[in-house]
Amino acid sequence: MNPHVVVSGLTVTARSANDREIEIVSNIGFSIAPGEVLALIGESGSGKTTVALALMGYVRAGLHIDSGYIRVGEAEVRQLDARTLAKMRGNRIAYIAQSAAAAFNPSRTIMSQVIEPALVHRTASRAEAEAKAVGLFRELALPEPEFIGSRYPHQVSGGQLQRLMAAMALITDPELVILDEPTTALDVTTQIEVLRAFKKVVREHGTTAVYVSHDLAVVAQMADQIVVLNRGLIRETGRTDRVMYEPADDYTRSLMAAARPMPHESGTAAPGPDSSAPLLDVRCITAGYGPIGADGTPRVPVLKDIDITVERGSTLGVIGESGSGKSTLARVIAGLLEPARGEIYLSGERLPPSLAERTREQFRRVQIVFQNADTALNPGHTVARILGRPLAFYHRLDGAAQRKRVAELLDLIRLPSTIAERLPGELSGGQKQRVNLARALAAEPEIILCDEVTSALDTVVGAAILELLAELRRELNLSYLFISHDISTVRAICDEIVVLYSGRQVELAPRAEFRRPPFHPYTDLLVESVPELRPGWLEKTGSAIPPVIDEPANGEGRDLCAFLSRCPVRINGVCNAVPPPWHTLGKGNNILCHHDDETLIRLHRKLSDDRDE
Amino acid sequence: MSGAGAVTRQQSRMRSFFAELPLAGKIGFALVVFWLAVAVLGPLLAPYPVGAFVTNDVFEDSSIHHWLGSDYLGRDVLSRLLLGARYTIGLALGGAVLAVVTGTALALFATVNRGWTDEALSRFMDTLISIPSRIFALVLVAAFGSSLLLLLLIAAIIYMPGNYRIARSLAVNLNEMDYVQVARARGEGSVYVAAVEILPNMLNPLLADFALRFMFIVLLLASLSFLGLGVQPPDADLGSLVRENVSGLPDGALAILAPSVAIATITVGVNLLIDALPGRTRSVPAER
Repeated sequence: MNPHVVVSGLTVTARSANDREIEIVSNIGFSIAPGEVLALIGESGSGKTTVALALMGYVRAGLHIDSGYIRVGEAEVRQLDARTLAKMRGNRIAYIAQSAAAAFNPSRTIMSQVIEPALVHRTASRAEAEAKAVGLFRELALPEPEFIGSRYPHQVSGGQLQRLMAAMALITDPELVILDEPTTALDVTTQIEVLRAFKKVVREHGTTAVYVSHDLAVVAQMADQIVVLNRGLIRETGRTDRVMYEPADDYTRSLMAAARPMPHESGTAAPGPDSSAPLLDVRCITAGYGPIGADGTPRVPVLKDIDITVERGSTLGVIGESGSGKSTLARVIAGLLEPARGEIYLSGERLPPSLAERTREQFRRVQIVFQNADTALNPGHTVARILGRPLAFYHRLDGAAQRKRVAELLDLIRLPSTIAERLPGELSGGQKQRVNLARALAAEPEIILCDEVTSALDTVVGAAILELLAELRRELNLSYLFISHDISTVRAICDEIVVLYSGRQVELAPRAEFRRPPFHPYTDLLVESVPELRPGWLEKTGSAIPPVIDEPANGEGRDLCAFLSRCPVRINGVCNAVPPPWHTLGKGNNILCHHDDETLIRLHRKLSDDRDE
Repeated sequence: MSGAGAVTRQQSRMRSFFAELPLAGKIGFALVVFWLAVAVLGPLLAPYPVGAFVTNDVFEDSSIHHWLGSDYLGRDVLSRLLLGARYTIGLALGGAVLAVVTGTALALFATVNRGWTDEALSRFMDTLISIPSRIFALVLVAAFGSSLLLLLLIAAIIYMPGNYRIARSLAVNLNEMDYVQVARARGEGSVYVAAVEILPNMLNPLLADFALRFMFIVLLLASLSFLGLGVQPPDADLGSLVRENVSGLPDGALAILAPSVAIATITVGVNLLIDALPGRTRSVPAER
């Protein structure tokens, strides 16, 4: 069959400040058969988005296509003038960007934006386009397909918005769809729904697609063919099965390894002699935003009755989807947010709730590392200044002694001491995150609160940071409170794992117990939603539909199970009437649920059975 | 490190600062330096005293004796310009510095203390903003009589609340940045957070705001002088020079053109320079 899209010898260059040509991508070539999905995969800076945009004849400001041949359908993209290109974009070739939230205009209804490409390119009348949009909404499994178009972007969830953007792209029946990291910003449980919807419509419409991603496991579900890019060069091209099972290139293998981090042995988890009091003991914390009401809960409650302990030298993982209160927990422990109720103890000594009452020594012992190193480092301070401040502040080190210690710290985080004079803007994402970590280490803390420290990084870079955390812990006998939404990361580094759902702690278990059921039903959903490096996984993962129950009576819902509305094993008359008990399962997991081992194992088997059929 | 070494480094820093400015910035820099020099050296350079009647002809054209001609009373325009520039530049610079420094300091104070401090200060500034600036100036001049110190204070008081508003909105945003949170979680005090973590990152917009206020003050002084309430004769700031020679306008006399051009070049120069100031991030190409 004649390929639908052909690219050969594509080179895109940028002009540097001193007038040198820099090749962003070099000599890229591939072809896609009609109706196939090709994946471009690589870490950030690999040039995957540049290649994808070049298919539309578009390059970002400062770049230009130096040489190469691009054909989409009948059109030779590089021969077209601006007007023909404009007619083609959003019409014959559609683009779905990473952040749907940023791509929609918040002040117009969804429908008016979804049908806009059809109206602009005059492929359909308004009525036809709207009818077609409703059909697409239905195919994409959006709720209330007839009415969702009349809502505004902020009135639907992130996953729904991403699917609505797919509808916008498909409204003109394009021959080629480019999906640029469309699920990267979503939670795993949402991602799986979006991936299913995308796959279904792409298959049914017979659209040729280019899927840009850094996540091999996602790509394995979506693509027929994979192109692995690194630093603007193609490392490997092949059918998905072949690349997944017999990767030929070293770089592909390193990507595969990074995608599923191996567990790091804790080694030093043996409690020290002073194990009478745990290092960090969080007791019954309730916290939130807004004024505190008469019953002792804030107006916008975020956390409710959180009880966790971290032993010296061990790591506690906190996992949950966005909005579950993970970051709020870290902020409460760090003192940035006063809890409404509950107490925090550090080695048996009570930590005052607010910043103003804590002593410098207490500050030193608990350090926090934020997710986004771009905003966590002051853009106007050099690395030496960023690291020097905690040294001066806590340890009164200055002058030569401080410089020496900064060099030691940089060595500890495996960075050359020459970067000390650089500003954060001159570092790569991974380097910034290391500096972010080093600033916490400079205080010589006993526990570091790591808030999603690898989430903003590529898999390869993120895996290196995890490796570093594990090494530091061995060398310095540190404890971590490790917050993440990624269960495989948490499983790789943590001794104990606590699962948060909507501000409640629904499960607490040692790492080993996260490998086999029974789990809390929500944990089960989380575990099952993590894409596996196995083509065909997406189709075989079960999604049990919750049984019908009566709505809990008004005002009684407060202490009921938070997961009630999504739970596949909820029981009418129990789950919607009685608050769930906190109890221990046979193998040692503590869960907040009415169910016992047997039902939960049955639930898990049901999910896996669907998969094995 | 030796003192001489530090000096040469300082010099080379200055030289590279100038070299890195874009062309517009270089022009602005040259204009600003020129006018600062005029303000400082003006009295030494002026060929005649400020109030001296040097010729019988009014609105004379340029001549070898009077480079910029004579004014409506037959005084030397060049001398009056050289002597007047420092009132405009001194008052506007002083007023703008005073307004921006107090406005920004109060804004940072309000931001790091939040709550009632912020509320009280912000409402007070809103009250000040709501007073029409020209009327406020007229009333004060009428009450206390015109003096240089009073003009300086009036300019500072009128333009401080606007700067406070801008600085506060910048600081409130920066206050929520993760690096400020980190500093707080480290146990840093309010002064450190405000001065080291927040202030340096709002300098660029603040400088732009400073340029705006500088110009507003030049214009305010000019309009006050136009009403005869600014700098008092025989001294004159640039605005007064324009006002007193306004009858020469139909003839296109140099006496009115020269001070107008002077006001224009000062404001344009300050703006070109400030717009061209480099950002906090150095322009080193990041490694790929």
